[in-house]
Amino acid sequence: MRIRLRYFASLRERLGRTEEIREVPAGATIETVWEMLKRERPELAAIERSLAFAVAQEYVDKTHPLQDNDELAFIPPVSGGSYD
Amino acid sequence: MTDKQHHIFCKLTQDPIELRELTDFVADPGAGAMTTFIGATRNTNDGRQVIRLEYECYAGMAEKEMVKIAAEVLARWPVIKIAMIHRLGRVDIGEASVAIAVSSGHRHAAFEACHYAINQLKETVPIWKKELYEGGELWIGSQTGMTGSFQKVQEEDRT
Repeated sequence: MRIRLRYFASLRERLGRTEEIREVPAGATIETVWEMLKRERPELAAIERSLAFAVAQEYVDKTHPLQDNDELAFIPPVSGGSYD
Repeated sequence: MTDKQHHIFCKLTQDPIELRELTDFVADPGAGAMTTFIGATRNTNDGRQVIRLEYECYAGMAEKEMVKIAAEVLARWPVIKIAMIHRLGRVDIGEASVAIAVSSGHRHAAFEACHYAINQLKETVPIWKKELYEGGELWIGSQTGMTGSFQKVQEEDRT
């Protein structure tokens, strides 16, 4: 199945792209995709603990099962607001 | 983005924030109190001389998360209306990055709801800021090792 991956902020800069379409096996979860990315870029392990995930623009945990055409966003620590 | 009852206004914008837009929205004949909060770009952070900030968001989800916070505020406090706006792109020193306005019959709820809304916004809305400072740049929050910025919000609340 095909999944659209979205990257933001520090992760977008680290990977040098904002999004991509990936073919993943049926039954894949977010963790499956993340492990795939880590095999390609082992240094991603360093940010693993701080990442959140969203599917279809809703926060989900990494065990969330993916469906064909899902949009999966990797969300580094958010920092909206100012220095107030 | 406004809800059908017109009690919620949430917006992301590349343009300078006009607080008047928010206070006009929350004004109501039943409102004995209106509180506003403005978060601005400070010229120093953690010992660094800040030149400017740059914000980006997950378009679509950021608005949805803001509306969720606003709806939660309306459910938890006797608030009449709430408006939240966040700047995107380049924000220079002294300029507003974020603003919130809340109206209520009485001030207690308006103050509490406004405080809650800004803390939640920092924790859950997918907006990121890059700090450009003398000698480098840094994505704020990316070095804490926390999911979300809850710890940082608490630390900032104490300072």
